[in-house]
Amino acid sequence: MIKVVINAERCKGCSLCIHFCPKGSLSMGDLLNTKGYQYVIFTDGGECTGCAACGKLCPDLAINVYRE
Amino acid sequence: MTVKSRAKKVLCERPKSRMDVDSPLCPGCQHGVIGRILCEVIDELEIQGKTICIAGVGCHAMTLFTTNIDFVQALHGRAPGVGTGVKRAVGREKIVFTVQGDGDLASIGIGDVIHAANRGEKLTIIFCNNSAYGTTGGQMAPTTLLGQVTTTTPDGRRYEDAGFPVHIAELMATFPGVAYSARCALTSLANYNKTKKAVKTAFKKQMDGIGLGIVEILSACPPALKLSPTKAVEWMENYMMAEYPLGEFKNVDTVTPKYILKGEGA
Repeated sequence: MIKVVINAERCKGCSLCIHFCPKGSLSMGDLLNTKGYQYVIFTDGGECTGCAACGKLCPDLAINVYRE
Repeated sequence: MTVKSRAKKVLCERPKSRMDVDSPLCPGCQHGVIGRILCEVIDELEIQGKTICIAGVGCHAMTLFTTNIDFVQALHGRAPGVGTGVKRAVGREKIVFTVQGDGDLASIGIGDVIHAANRGEKLTIIFCNNSAYGTTGGQMAPTTLLGQVTTTTPDGRRYEDAGFPVHIAELMATFPGVAYSARCALTSLANYNKTKKAVKTAFKKQMDGIGLGIVEILSACPPALKLSPTKAVEWMENYMMAEYPLGEFKNVDTVTPKYILKGEGA
């Protein structure tokens, strides 16, 4: 099972992870972090393959990906 | 008694040489991804303790706020010159590389990089091409595309008065002392992997004592393009990659002259 862990405080809401995800497993959340950025959430329903495109292409390194 | 352990495989985590700090860059700025690639390569080559980065002036230089290696700050465009001094002093003991942007490398620093390439200095140059002067608000750079609107080309760049986009990777490949010249982009995971491979190859040309390695990386600057980060990456795919083809322009394992005159003059 793939776990995508998002550091909400580091996320700047740039949406590049959503753009690069081939499975549509990420989307913009409704909440703001303490810096005022809307942050991304992992909304996977089992499609995530663990390619880690989100983590590698996140300019703020706000995403870690694990396989458990 | 059996112990059940939940083995956790790390697919993507912060590289060791990347500091656990916030990035000071704009949302969607791909300099952050270049910084990540540099840290991954430094970790994999196990050179964190013996790498010196010469930072140019510009947003690319902010890599020094997030990368846990030694840095020297050079003046605008002079990173190859400072790098020449550092590398000739440290020799094979340390790895010396520069991080430079459009204005830094292709504009004010064009003389420095051309002559470092001509001397075949054992340096690795990471050239971040975002087709504008990002830090100062998005002015035209040598790499700006024809017709591209910037703050100094409000009606789009015209070749009649502002010249043509400069192709650094191809230019560098013409120098005999350059061992590796490549252009990559960060528009997909596949391109990310190719970029990382090119950066590693460029570092190895220095580690093996062969010659200069340069990797030009097309990276999006959302504020200069006045586009959202996602639209900026699409702009890179549609327009930048059409003007600046990706690929390796030179990859050699020895640097040898075609001739050397033996005593007699012309």
